[in-house]
Order: sequence, then C-alpha cells, then structure tokens
Amino acid sequence: MQDLKAVGKRIPKIDAVDKATGRVEYIQDIKLAGMLHGKILYSKYPHARIVNIDTSKAKQLTGVRAILTGKDIPEIKFGVYKDNRPLKTGKVRSYRDEVAAVAAIDPEIAQEALSLIKVTYEALPGIFDPEAAMKEDAPLVHEEHKTNILKMPWKLHYGDVETAKKETAYMVENRFSTTWVTHCCLGTSGAIAQFDNTNNLTIYTNTQIPSLAQKDFLSALKAMGLRDKRVRVIKPCIGGGFGSKLDTYAYEYLSILLAFHTRKPVKIVFGREEEFFATSTRQPTIMDVAQGCDKNGKLLFRDISMVLDNGAYTSWGATTPSVMMMPITSLYRVPNVRYEAMCVYTNNTYSQAMRGYGNPQATFAIESSMDMLAETSGFDPMELRRINANQAGDVSPQDFQITTCGLDQCIDEVEKRLGKKTPKEKGVGVGFASLIHVGGGARVYKSDGCGTIIKMDDYGKINLFTGATDMGQGADNMVAQIVAEELGLDVADVHVIHSDTDVCPWDVGAHASRTTFVAGNSALGAAKKIKARIFDMASKQLEAPPEILVMANRMVMVKEDPKKRLEIGKLLRKFHFSTNGEMLMAEYFYDPENENLGRDFKGNTSMTYTFGTHGARVKVDEETGKVQILKYVAAHDIGRAINPILLEGQVYGGVMMGIGYALTEQIIHEKGEIMNPNFRDYKILTIKDVVPIEAPVFETFDKDGPYGAKGIGEPGCVPTAPAIANAIYDAIGVRIKDLPITPERVLTAIKAKKKLES
Amino acid sequence: MGKMISFALNGNKMAVEVKDHWTLLHLLREELGLLGTKEGCGSGECGACTVIVDGMAVNSCLFPGLEIAEKDVVTIEGLTSPDGTLHPLQKSFVENGGIQCGYCTPGMIMSAKALLDESPNATEEEIKHSLAGNICRCTGYVQIIDSIKSISEGGVEEVHVVAWKNKEKDE
Repeated sequence: MQDLKAVGKRIPKIDAVDKATGRVEYIQDIKLAGMLHGKILYSKYPHARIVNIDTSKAKQLTGVRAILTGKDIPEIKFGVYKDNRPLKTGKVRSYRDEVAAVAAIDPEIAQEALSLIKVTYEALPGIFDPEAAMKEDAPLVHEEHKTNILKMPWKLHYGDVETAKKETAYMVENRFSTTWVTHCCLGTSGAIAQFDNTNNLTIYTNTQIPSLAQKDFLSALKAMGLRDKRVRVIKPCIGGGFGSKLDTYAYEYLSILLAFHTRKPVKIVFGREEEFFATSTRQPTIMDVAQGCDKNGKLLFRDISMVLDNGAYTSWGATTPSVMMMPITSLYRVPNVRYEAMCVYTNNTYSQAMRGYGNPQATFAIESSMDMLAETSGFDPMELRRINANQAGDVSPQDFQITTCGLDQCIDEVEKRLGKKTPKEKGVGVGFASLIHVGGGARVYKSDGCGTIIKMDDYGKINLFTGATDMGQGADNMVAQIVAEELGLDVADVHVIHSDTDVCPWDVGAHASRTTFVAGNSALGAAKKIKARIFDMASKQLEAPPEILVMANRMVMVKEDPKKRLEIGKLLRKFHFSTNGEMLMAEYFYDPENENLGRDFKGNTSMTYTFGTHGARVKVDEETGKVQILKYVAAHDIGRAINPILLEGQVYGGVMMGIGYALTEQIIHEKGEIMNPNFRDYKILTIKDVVPIEAPVFETFDKDGPYGAKGIGEPGCVPTAPAIANAIYDAIGVRIKDLPITPERVLTAIKAKKKLES
Repeated sequence: MGKMISFALNGNKMAVEVKDHWTLLHLLREELGLLGTKEGCGSGECGACTVIVDGMAVNSCLFPGLEIAEKDVVTIEGLTSPDGTLHPLQKSFVENGGIQCGYCTPGMIMSAKALLDESPNATEEEIKHSLAGNICRCTGYVQIIDSIKSISEGGVEEVHVVAWKNKEKDE
C-alpha cells in the first residue's frame, strides 16, 4: 500500500471554517448596487385558459419598475422537451405556472404589486392521474402534442423474457408505487441577473450545471434578439443541491428578462412555500414488476413496466427511466430483462432530477420483489442475493462492464452486523436491499468531461480552477486532496476555485455521483502535467534524471537520496526570475471513455459501478403502525475513500434522506394543488429521528478511478426504502408496496391481513 | 412607526431605530448587515435563523425586533474571537463533518451553544431535544450530533483555528 499523506485522510471540508463563522455568501446574501427585487405571480388554477391579464393598477404602484406577462416576452423555450416558457401564454397547465413577473425596489413592493395584477381565467378540466391521462378522451395538457404520453421510447428487451417465464420455477408479480418527494434544500432557489452596457449577461445562480446553464441562457439571449453575447455564470455558495439545480428554471429566465427590461440587476429568491410548490420533485411511479428464478435460485428474468407522472412540463425527470434501466438490467445477474416506461403529462407539478435519479424508485420495486421471490422460492433472502450477486469481470445485459465489485463483501458485512433472520422479539424484523449505481461518470450528454486549470505561484501555492460544482458534498476537498497528494503539498496549499464560468473550465455538471471520479481524474491529470514540468526543472538543478525524483513535504527530491532536494517555491522562483522566465500552469480536460447508451439502450455508460447493501432492524408497533428503526447498516464498495469523513457524511445524509423517503416524506397533491408546502406537514426528518447508522466501506481500488475511487454521492438513499419495507415484512408479515410507509398504511395492511386470516 | 432602542449585539452596545414590524432577522440582515444568520423558512420551522437573546435560542425570523431592547443578542458573528480563534463548537463542527452545504450551520451552532451554555454536559437525548427545531438536509444530523457531543462529553482540547493535522480517527 502506498503511503499517502493527503488522500484517504479525514481532512475537514475546506470551506467549513467560513461556513461555521457565517462568512460564506449564498444567493440570499448577495446584494448588487442598484439591485431590484423580482417576484412571480403563479396560476390560480391547475388547468385554465388565460383570458386576460390586467397589470394597470400594479404598474401605478410606487417603486414598481417592470411588470412582464407572457405577451411581453420573446419565445424562450426551456426544459428537456422545450415545452416550457418563463411566462405562460394562452393557458396554464399547473398551479406552479408563471403568469406574470414584477421587479420593484424592494421585495415587499414587488409582492404588493402581484396582488394588484388581475388575471381572468377560464377553468379547464384537469387531469391528475397519469393512468387516466393515458386514455384517449383525457384532457390534453399540451394540445399540440396530441397525446399526454411523452414520445420517449423507454423500452428494452434483452434475452427472451417470455421463454424464461415458461422455464422459471418460482415467480412473483406485484405492483409498487412511489409518490412525490422534494429536495428540501435549506437554502432556497434564487438568481440575480445583470447586463452590462453592451448586453453581456452575468448571472449569479444556484446551479449544479454551470456550463449547461450558460448554454441555456445563451439560447435565451438569442431569443431576446441578443446575438453573439457572453454569459457569465457565477455560483454563490450553494445551500444544498441533491439534483434540484440540474436544470434551468423559469425564475432564472425571469430574472434575466426583468434585468434586461429595467437595465438593473434583478434578484429573485424563493420563499419556503414557493420552494415547495414551484420547484421540481422526484417523479412518482407506478411499477409493475415480475421476477423469476430457477430451482437453484438463479434469476431467470425480470419484467418491469412503469408509468411515471411527468407533471405539466418536461425536465430531466422524464429521463429517469434511462437510469432505472441500470438496476433493472444490472442489479444482480439477470439474463433476460424487459422494461418499458411511459412518462405522462398531467396537471401536477413537474418532476426533476433528485439524488439517485430514478434508482431509488426502481430499486424499491426490485428489492421488495426479491424478498417476495425469496419467500416464494424458499431461499433465505440474503442467500438469494448471494447466488445472483454481480462479480468483477461481469458484463451485464445492458453491456455494463463491472470492473470492480464488492457486492459480496457488502452483503456479508451487513448480514454480520444485523444478524441472520432468526426467531425474535415480537414486532422486530430485519430486512436488506442492495444497489448498483454509476460510480465512474455517466455519459448522458455528448461529453462527460471536466476541465482543470492549475496555476502555481512563486511560493509553491496552487490556484486550482475546476469545472466541478461543490454544493456541500466536498468536491473542493476531493480535488485539493488529490492534487496535494500528487504534488507532495499540504491540502491548505491548494486553493480551489469552482464558482465562475469566466475562469473555470467546462464540466457537464454535478450529477450521477460523477464528480469524484471525473473531476478527480481531471485534477489528477493537471497535477501530473505540473509534476512532469517540476521534475524537468529539478532534474537540471539536482543533476538527476526525472525518473528518480519524487515530491513530498513541499520538496522535490531524489527518491533514494532525499538529502538531494529542492524546496518547490525556491525552484519555481529560480525558473520564473531568470532569462526567458517561466511560470507553471497546466490544464487538463478529462473525458472518460464511457459510452452513450445506444438505440437499444446498451452501452457502458460508466467507467465503473458502485455497489452496496443496506440493512435495517426495525420494530413495528402493531397498535399504532409506527415503525422504529433500531439499527441501520449501509455498506458500500466505494473504490477508495478519498476523505472518509466526507464519505461518511454522504452516506449518513443519503440514508436519512432515504429513511424519509421510506417512512414519512411526501408532497400531498389534491387536484394538482400542493397541500403541505412546509417542512412540518411535509414531514422532513429532524434530529430527533436520527437512527443508529453504521457505514462500513470496502475499498476495491478501481483501476480507472483517481487513486481508485468511485462515486458515492447518491447510493446512500438508493436501497433504503426496500431494506426498511423488507424489515417490516420480516417483523409483522405485512408487505407495504407504496411509499411512504406511513403508520396508516401499516395499520391498514395489518387489518387486511387479520381479515384474511380470520 | 419606529422606536429607538438600545441593546448589546455580540457584546457591543448599540442604539438603533427599529420599526414595529421588523423581525430580529430583518434587523440583523437587512439593517445591520450581519448576513451570517440565515433565513430558511421565515416561519419558525427550520431554525436556520437561530440567534441567542439573553441566553435563550430564538428563531429570529419570528422574534420582534423591538423585543431586544435592553437585551443581549449573540449571533454567529459573535462567536469567533477577534483574533480569529473559533468557538469550540465551531471548531468541533468543522472537524467532525458537521458542515456540508452550511446553510443550517449558523443556526445549528447557535442552538447548540445555547444548550451547552445552560448544560455543558448535555446528553445525546438533550442535544436531540434542543436541536429538534433545526433542520439539516445534508448531514442526516449524525455528524452534527458527533460535533456537539465531542464538546459536551468533555472532549475539548485547546481551542485554535487550524486544528487539523490529518487527525486520524479509528474506523
């Protein structure tokens, strides 16, 4: 084992001191000279024709600087399907539809102006159930689309499921469902747009996709008639991401449009209620799952069809079936797979990316079904999983190449820590579920790349400009630790700048748990270039060939004769302040050799895959239906822990988010209206809900990962719900197939079971 | 309508005209420019805006500005010594992974401070009880509890700013 000084160390998050002292600036904290405040008027109906908008009274209010309606703005289209506009014309399709926007000298005046805008609507029949929306006579959300079913053909069939069904010894077939949940970032959404005199745009915005957002905003400028302009995206400190900032949104375009109309910087920041009803959710699903195995427990087939509630517009939520394909085809060895998913327009809120990107929904269905199959076939649930566990060297039916795989170890470890299914206390049970997730990037866009620029000063200190986005997860530490390790520096010598498209290179975005792998490799590549140059320089000074040099303790030295050494700063100054002087800079763009999915959805989408197994011991109160988690174990194969303390933070945070998904959290819709837009009624978990979590990790040292690392941002919340559902079944013999598993649902299931038994 | 009131802010005596409808959060952030205190919900649900008034942790988004007259107000900006030395709780949050996105952090630390000032050896149960009004979405609270417990269980070493030197912990 290499003796590492920075990688693998529990080094506190670089910006933690500034955060602990209240010094960092979130979008809420940024004020620009002359800045106006924008507010948005939302629809009063889930589906209605806009007959008239009267802004005359609002315009007369002192302090109002601009009021825009759909008629005042150019045709800016956004969203994956380009079916959304910053302000709606003609009709509204959900309660969160933006109808007008105001800029005023302070937020209170802007708010008052909204109340003075008179909108006349003509209500239309709404459609809120995706299955009903698929029927031919259903009201159309987008008439021009002709149907409510999105024309995205999520359909694959590998092997021969029908034949496998005939050969199967045991088979289970069930329907599962999941509902809306939302990110609940503590820092709400917001943006400030500002134009210079020649209409170049600077936008401060909470985004996980600075480079793609820049592209979206450039298109908006084009639609506004502003061609050949520059867009600079500046990310303030981000108060939580979890996928919520993976798209561009109406409020960002409205800050741009209002800034353009007023010639002043315009800030729009969401309040908490607005954050609940006007940002996008995880997509709800209805999932029909069939699985079968032979008499030896080998999985023969998996057959899944799904309906997803897309809501009224299309963001990345509609593409989550592409990620659901991953566990469906590749969690455990399963030779015959069929999957079909339909995303359906409704007049509900529209969904987006959220941590796990479809994987938590699919894994809930698959892993619940695995336990049901275990029971039907008579296999121990863990044994059934062991029989079918993925192994290094496997190529899955979707052509995923499993390079390293610690699934066996994870299964064993969780079972060891929770104990086998044994006769037990009344109402207590254990349950397990595993996961596969992309851990080595994910080529979902034309490029899966990330750039890094390293600039060294005369004293051996580094400014590192990365395309990566830190939203609290620790991307900044990860690159700093890798570069410090490579160059023998202290982590504190590496200053990471990740916030500005004017200075930082391109990156596809903070998604798919890709940052450690991709941005880490990018930083490593740049550091290697710097190192080669330093060895070159030092080689002359030390009269030793570069091959025998090493860097450590801010020195470059001869490996076998460490007394022959140079302080890096000294060396750099020597080369800087000489004839034909030179300063050290390096850039590196890393784009992994992973593949886009083909038309048949095959392709090695990631360079490596992260595996894990979770297990829960629960106690169910059969009188109240309340589920208590006594112990939770989340074991992961993470390749290499670059920073264990941050890694554990990702797992703990993911698990708690997963427990919320399993047991309490839901956005309650009633005919398209969100009935619980606050933390209390949404039932976000508090510190009182913390359960004992153990997070063992297995390092499999992936050959392509930076120092062997794989991604771990999302896995923590992927198999949580099925592990808990399986534990509940083990405890009291009722199977809950719909999330969240509320006490009401548990009680109803207990009653149904008793009725059946009597 | 406004009223001139006196109070102590992070140990400094102040006299400020405060309007009737201002919350303490508004006074701190918008009028006095202390941006360390955050607004997470504006309705007393999330605790991001927690500050300490006369030793009590309060949600400054609900607390009337006028009510601080003749009282002591401590905000996150008041915890760090003028020489930059962190308060032991700040240091502990930094070192124990209690901070990810950081938006809840000032409120978390202020709630924890109010608790430990009152009850320096607070148990895990007391910590959970006192911080039940502070929401965090990133950490799952586990390392926040660790951060506070490492102080309440007497784990405070000497307080200095850059305290980490690749400190290893047992797995």
